[in-house]
Amino acid sequence: MSRWPRAASLALLVGALSLRHAVAAEPSADARRSGFAYMTPSTQAMQRDDTQNPGMLWVGDGEASWRRKAGKADQACADCHGAASASMRGVAARSPDFDLRLERPVDLAARINLCRERHQQAEPLPLESQELLNLEVFVAFQSRGMPIAPATDERLASFRERGKQLYRQRMGQLDLACTQCHDDSAGKRLGSSVIPQAHPTGYPIYRLEWQSLGSLQRRLRGCLTGIRAEPFAYGAPELVDLELYLKSRAAGLPLETPAVRP
Amino acid sequence: MARALIKVPRSARRGDVVEISTLIAHPMETGFRAGADGQRLPRSLIRRLSCEYNGALVFSAEFFAAVAANPYCAFYTVATESGTLRFTWEGDGGFAQIETVAITVT
Repeated sequence: MSRWPRAASLALLVGALSLRHAVAAEPSADARRSGFAYMTPSTQAMQRDDTQNPGMLWVGDGEASWRRKAGKADQACADCHGAASASMRGVAARSPDFDLRLERPVDLAARINLCRERHQQAEPLPLESQELLNLEVFVAFQSRGMPIAPATDERLASFRERGKQLYRQRMGQLDLACTQCHDDSAGKRLGSSVIPQAHPTGYPIYRLEWQSLGSLQRRLRGCLTGIRAEPFAYGAPELVDLELYLKSRAAGLPLETPAVRP
Repeated sequence: MARALIKVPRSARRGDVVEISTLIAHPMETGFRAGADGQRLPRSLIRRLSCEYNGALVFSAEFFAAVAANPYCAFYTVATESGTLRFTWEGDGGFAQIETVAITVT
């Protein structure tokens, strides 16, 4: 300390602190965290180990569905798309994508059903059914580890903007908007649960509370019920618009499908 | 639909203690819950998991209503000789699933 007068070292310390502060405030510093970061070590371990992660049971079933022939065309997904590990890689990372015929964005589940109708000439699978979740998680699993890279189609912009508005829209008897919990209060607790930043990084997820696999739409509907709003129906355009916005908000974060969440 | 994920080391040295983990798809319905129509859902539980190593029982466990869906179970055994591990899950409503996994002991 003799060579460094106290005032000088204090000034250095203050300098270091303000530098750190400046780095944290810089927009490039990424403060975004996947819900994974808020989980207990045991739940994280469950997700990391493919023989402990129950979501892998659905992935296994999805692989079987991928090869199973369906519809009047008597075609399996694999007959057109080949090996999913190559053809489906990155699909979930950029979903929802713009559908030219419907002229609106469609999420992965809807895309699978459109493929069934148009190419397999099969009945669409009921939304949130086991069979559809199997295929959805199998397709999304092929993008595991890839950064979320939302589709860049310009026609998606207005839908994404609508999703953003919905995210900021107060709803329900509790008169709450998504942003109030997931931006303003992320990291704090709601009861015993940590409020995550709402990045859709691992859908479809195996949720311990559900004791089952479920889609992002199920999660969103759960949140809507939580704020005592009337939840949008499965497949509603509002839910797809919200997903579009959430994906753009989470762009660059790696996909974890099938994620485990408490 | 019955599916299971089993982790067994492919090979081990004689005398090694090996960890075995199992995960099976099962709703583990308690029999106490009501469905959307208000009717009580019939109980459907896995009651027992057993593991035989070359025909000899090395592990068994009984499951009850408090066990979550898709139960995970991990245990240890001593690698004695090459052969097969045979896992049997039995439960309500005649549920039965058998899986076998080979292990090589050197």
